[in-house]
Amino acid sequence: MSIEVVNITKSYKSFTALKNVNLHIPEGELVALLGPSGSGKTTLLRLIAGLEQPQEGSILFHGEDNTNRDVRERQVGFVFQHYALFRHMNIFDNIAFGLSVRSRKTRPSKEEISEKVHSLLKLVQLEGLAHRYPSQLSGGQRQRVALARALAVEPKFLLLDEPFGALDTKVRQELRRWLRHLHGKLGLTILFVTHDQEEAMELADQVVVMNEGRVEQVGSPEEIYHHPANPFVYSFLGRVNLFHGRIQNGKIKLGEAEFETDWKDKAVEAPAVGYMRPHDVEISLRPPEGKSARSVQAEINHISLLGPIVRLDLKRLDTDEVFEAEMSRQRFMELNVEEESIVYVTLHNVSIYVDSQPLQTHRPSLVPLQASV
Amino acid sequence: MRHLTEPAYIRWTLIIVALLFLGLFLILPLVAVFTEAFRQGAEVFVASITEEETLSAVKLTLLVAAISVPLNVTFGIAAAWAIAKFSFPGKNVLLTLIDLPFAVSPVIAGLIFVLLFGSQGVAAPLLAAWDLQIIFAVPGIMLATTFVTFPFVARELIPVMEAQGRDEEEAAVSLGASGWKTFLRVTLPNVKWGLLYGVILCNARAMGEFGAVSVVSGHIRGMTNTLPLHVEILYNEYQFAAAFAVATLLAALALVTLILKSLIEWKTERQAKLDEEQHYDVTGERAG
Repeated sequence: MSIEVVNITKSYKSFTALKNVNLHIPEGELVALLGPSGSGKTTLLRLIAGLEQPQEGSILFHGEDNTNRDVRERQVGFVFQHYALFRHMNIFDNIAFGLSVRSRKTRPSKEEISEKVHSLLKLVQLEGLAHRYPSQLSGGQRQRVALARALAVEPKFLLLDEPFGALDTKVRQELRRWLRHLHGKLGLTILFVTHDQEEAMELADQVVVMNEGRVEQVGSPEEIYHHPANPFVYSFLGRVNLFHGRIQNGKIKLGEAEFETDWKDKAVEAPAVGYMRPHDVEISLRPPEGKSARSVQAEINHISLLGPIVRLDLKRLDTDEVFEAEMSRQRFMELNVEEESIVYVTLHNVSIYVDSQPLQTHRPSLVPLQASV
Repeated sequence: MRHLTEPAYIRWTLIIVALLFLGLFLILPLVAVFTEAFRQGAEVFVASITEEETLSAVKLTLLVAAISVPLNVTFGIAAAWAIAKFSFPGKNVLLTLIDLPFAVSPVIAGLIFVLLFGSQGVAAPLLAAWDLQIIFAVPGIMLATTFVTFPFVARELIPVMEAQGRDEEEAAVSLGASGWKTFLRVTLPNVKWGLLYGVILCNARAMGEFGAVSVVSGHIRGMTNTLPLHVEILYNEYQFAAAFAVATLLAALALVTLILKSLIEWKTERQAKLDEEQHYDVTGERAG
């Protein structure tokens, strides 16, 4: 079942949680809503479930307007961040709840319910725990019970609020793999909220990046990582170095480094910001041949040995800007540098955003540019 | 942790002071009630509590409790459910109103009903027209008792319900449960110990209430006398043994209440511990 969110605005007394949000979630996809705390991702999820009502806009399931439908009629499987298992019921009764509260006419027989619950327990690999209580289970087990409970009512799609946020790293990784597997098996549309970009990239077919009540970008993990629509998306998806400079005569100058661009309007002179990932910083002991326009000199301030990778804190000699570089341990051994060494740094894959305020365009105020040599 | 402990003499002084206070104000009176009750022998004791007027007082007390407790349970659950699970304008006003009977002296509470329903009261013409009597009759006693015991159940339930949040209710609703079924199968079972605790306190107060009931009852023997009023009448008539014998009934009620109360406290504490364990690995990391 596809989900369509049209022009949704939701505000509370003192702040606006969502501003004119539009979103299309195709049938059968595993979609992540990714954003920092307070970006409105959980609110959006609750609006889709019907646990909250929007001020404006509508929500369509498979083209059918569901905006004014009650939660209980929407047939949505919702899994809460803290699971919200019924603490006074055992696991069997928890999973059977959705079926056993149906009116007599639509309620399956006791045998059918029992069969269903046991097949779900098998699906979530918790056979034999039917008579335990939630307080007797581990976090990961509770999460799977919550999933089984939501699946028992055969929902149109699944909504998961920070599904693995409360679990330790190892269990989290296991459950991620398991959810991916489950999605492949059931073919259900699944929408989940997370603040962990790694989780979103690893699990989702599509990632919806949200910030301050807006959707910043929608795309596959590959797309959003390699072609971030704006600086927010760029910096939210991983560690980032920032270089400030200007665009002049169609060229970007970041300190002594210079980049050619496809910027048409040569007359415009504006501030520009270059973003780059620490692993794209190339370090050498001698000035590189040929492409010196992208090279600058820098001093190593600090070296952090992080197991397989090594992170260097550097300071550019031309602009005094501080930045990070990451490299493999092997490369680091080859370089044989230490703190306070002066090295040559080549800047690869710089994404440059020009502050386009003077051009009178509205959002996005920063225009992405593909830099080339 | 040794440095955090007070010296032995301070500890012992405090313990002795506490025990002396407890003995003087709680144990001694209780012992006195029972010794006075049996001073003229078990025969007099049995005769006093099986006397017709005493029995009628017991019946009336039970009747009053049997009506006002269910009323306040219904109201208390409704109010707590509304306050803890929903947000609406006027919520704080409602909270304050619930506390009102605790803030007002019981005598004033009784007087309110006399002013409303007495022979000179606001509603007097209406009552006369329908030939109803409230003051100096059983309905007045029920009204006064219900008013005084009004906050017990709600006050017990509100913090319990608030602590449990709305998650489980939302889960139930998203699974298709109606509001009523959510309440019966999720909310109520989760607060059952808190509710029982509230009921027991409410019941103890309903049976033991003196001030408000005294104002509205009229002290008609065999008709509008509850147990506490009966004790007073007997005492004023110098029937000390009988007064104390009847008082033992109330004391027994208090003891039973205390035992039930500690049983429930023990139960809820265990429940809280289990819940805490449940939340142990859940509270690790949180983000909205």
